Amino acid sequence: MIGLGKTTLAAVAILSLTGPAFAGEPIKIGALATLEGAFTVLGEDGMRGVRLALEEFGNMAGGHAIELITGSSDATPDSAIRATRKLVEQNGVPILIGPLSGSEGLAVKDYAKTQPNVTFLNGTSAAQDTTLRNAADNFFRFGTDGAQWMAGLGEYVYNEKGYRNLAVLAEDYSFPYTQVFGFLEPFCRLGGKAPADARFWVPIGNKDYSSVIAALPDDVDAIYVALGGADAVNFLTQYEQAGGELPLVGGSITVDQTVLGSKGRTREFVIGTPSAGPISDTWDNAGWQAFVDAYKTQFPDGFPSPSLFAHGYYINTKAALLALDAVDGDLSDGGVKYRAALASLEFETPTGMVRLDERRQAIADIFLTEVIEGPDGGLLNKTIKVIPQVSQTLGVSYEEFLNYGPVSRENPTCG
Amino acid sequence: MDARRLFSGSVSLADLRPATVVTVGLLLVYPAVATDFFIFQIGAYSLILGTIALSLMMLGGYGGMVSLAQLTVAGFAGYLTAILGDNSVGVMGLGWPWWLTIFTAVLGAALFSAVIGAISARTEGIYTIMITLAIAVAFFFFVRQNYALYNGFTGYAGVMPPTLLGINWRDPAPFYYLSLAVAGGFFCAVLYGSRATFGLSLQAIRDNPRRMRALGYNVTLHRIVAYFLAGLIAGSAGVLMVWFNGRISPGSIGVGVVIDILVIAVVGGMRHPIGPFVGAIAFVLLENFAIDLIDRERFNTVIGLAFLLIVLFSPDGLLGLWSQMRSKIRLGKDARASAGRAERDDRHSAGSPKGTYKGT
Repeated sequence: MIGLGKTTLAAVAILSLTGPAFAGEPIKIGALATLEGAFTVLGEDGMRGVRLALEEFGNMAGGHAIELITGSSDATPDSAIRATRKLVEQNGVPILIGPLSGSEGLAVKDYAKTQPNVTFLNGTSAAQDTTLRNAADNFFRFGTDGAQWMAGLGEYVYNEKGYRNLAVLAEDYSFPYTQVFGFLEPFCRLGGKAPADARFWVPIGNKDYSSVIAALPDDVDAIYVALGGADAVNFLTQYEQAGGELPLVGGSITVDQTVLGSKGRTREFVIGTPSAGPISDTWDNAGWQAFVDAYKTQFPDGFPSPSLFAHGYYINTKAALLALDAVDGDLSDGGVKYRAALASLEFETPTGMVRLDERRQAIADIFLTEVIEGPDGGLLNKTIKVIPQVSQTLGVSYEEFLNYGPVSRENPTCG
Repeated sequence: MDARRLFSGSVSLADLRPATVVTVGLLLVYPAVATDFFIFQIGAYSLILGTIALSLMMLGGYGGMVSLAQLTVAGFAGYLTAILGDNSVGVMGLGWPWWLTIFTAVLGAALFSAVIGAISARTEGIYTIMITLAIAVAFFFFVRQNYALYNGFTGYAGVMPPTLLGINWRDPAPFYYLSLAVAGGFFCAVLYGSRATFGLSLQAIRDNPRRMRALGYNVTLHRIVAYFLAGLIAGSAGVLMVWFNGRISPGSIGVGVVIDILVIAVVGGMRHPIGPFVGAIAFVLLENFAIDLIDRERFNTVIGLAFLLIVLFSPDGLLGLWSQMRSKIRLGKDARASAGRAERDDRHSAGSPKGTYKGT
């Protein structure tokens, strides 16, 4: 213990001697994702996004080589904080990208306030309050949040699909709350119903959905499912085996590539499921196609098409690198200039323009999609509609949006 | 039986060995040579985990009762601290003064532990493990589903130690010394207690409960009292844990972490109170640095393999490894002395709780 402590001390001493990074000296960037637990597959794809962006820049930004240091959490806030603290305080990264999951983001945002000289860029953590309430000045989110991802879906299933009564099945934490809120808010305003006793909240990592499936009401038009990773695969498989026949409406990570790419008998069953999110597999756009090609070339063992986790980590890493270019890699002032560059950054992503609002939260395009069978037999999300430049407050003013109240199991009531 | 005789151990200054003095000295000067990260996240966290594992070692090593609910007890104290004291979530946070909060949290945890003891004390071996695991899992799901009192999945954040004597006790060095004081205090207490009448009768109950019952000892009551004392240790560590993280949520007391505590105690060694702390240091170092040693997708395999190898080559954990090494070195020097030591070791291990945890 003591020996290691001394080694670190020496290492830190050397680092602090060199102070401001000289040309050619590497800049450390930390990347934090869930490489353990129920979201492992999602975290691995997030890391692919980071590497994709670094590859695009040739591992150089602002005249400095980039040294990537990875950290792992298991989707609990505690583990995210421990991994973040290690990257920041032990490895000494001035820039950190992550985390992946909703409640982790809330915890890392709180931690960011204690490290004013370190710049935090979100991974794909999409809880609303990470940037909406009590935001940290040095926490930036170039990806959209879970409520933004649902833009247009509530109107679509009410008007086009004609659904009036829905059951809701979601994991019991901040990100699905945000998604359910974003989906139900317009749906219920139009007159749809999804009362509290038709909402089912399961823990992350739930394996057995038989009791939930048995309790699902019969008199609903469809089930809105907001589960992710292994949880979504488990539910879909079991619902199919139980002979479930209700149509589904998917959350952003329920019918994305991390689930559609998995083996199993859920295939025909999910075809036609509408969903919405920050990406669409079949978007006919040169930038998106180039992104998919780069992903496939660099990671032949990845998913058939990059998931929104690869996309989210890619965009945030790219933002970090672009801003480094803008300040010529100068972080010597504790990153003040760097964060100013980030705040005014506006750039073209594979999914359209992205810019930040005054709370450092992204405004970007959202895709309304439906699951189809692709030409090579794989399942894909087909673009139905692009909703341009969705803001975090979903079109209303900041003050008015706060009146909707924080996301929770019961918001909106929608009886 | 009066209290003085019940807890009268036999410890004198003459027992102090040079190695002990050096270790204490190193622990005291550690913050002067280490970085904040090593003081706080490695040092203080090892001490906290070690203290929780110490309560398990005390029950398992001396009492023959392997309780998987010790982290749950610590978590209960942590939750009480957040509920009775202050937090930043806006749920509960009754704002009691700090001393009353800590007192109630630790006492509440000890009583909770005694209740667990009352439920499981009549069982042995694997059944104790199963009952306490069931309690741990039940408590985990309870706090996860309960929003009125425990605030569900989100749990509590912004739980901070009080600022006393002008010191912010959350700063790395003060928090380290606070953890060291708590850990050191309980370490000495357990060491002393193991030689006191109560500790000796607990070990006798471990080795042969039937005979002790025949001799007129109240076996169940002894075990429940042991659970209560272990609850004091785990509860105090739980208050430190919630201060360390600044937050507590169901993930802090999940099944994975419950097993971690067992791993720490077994890897360290269950025969001496220093074992859990050695195990905790090994665990925290691996948890933090395995990801730097190897491919990021395989680092949990390294952690698992390291623990597997330790337990495979030394059923008594790192402590056992240490005493093996020591006796080998002595063998080279003085074969006769070592033969005598081996004999003594044999006699020691005859008293170890073989049947209770080796089978797990």
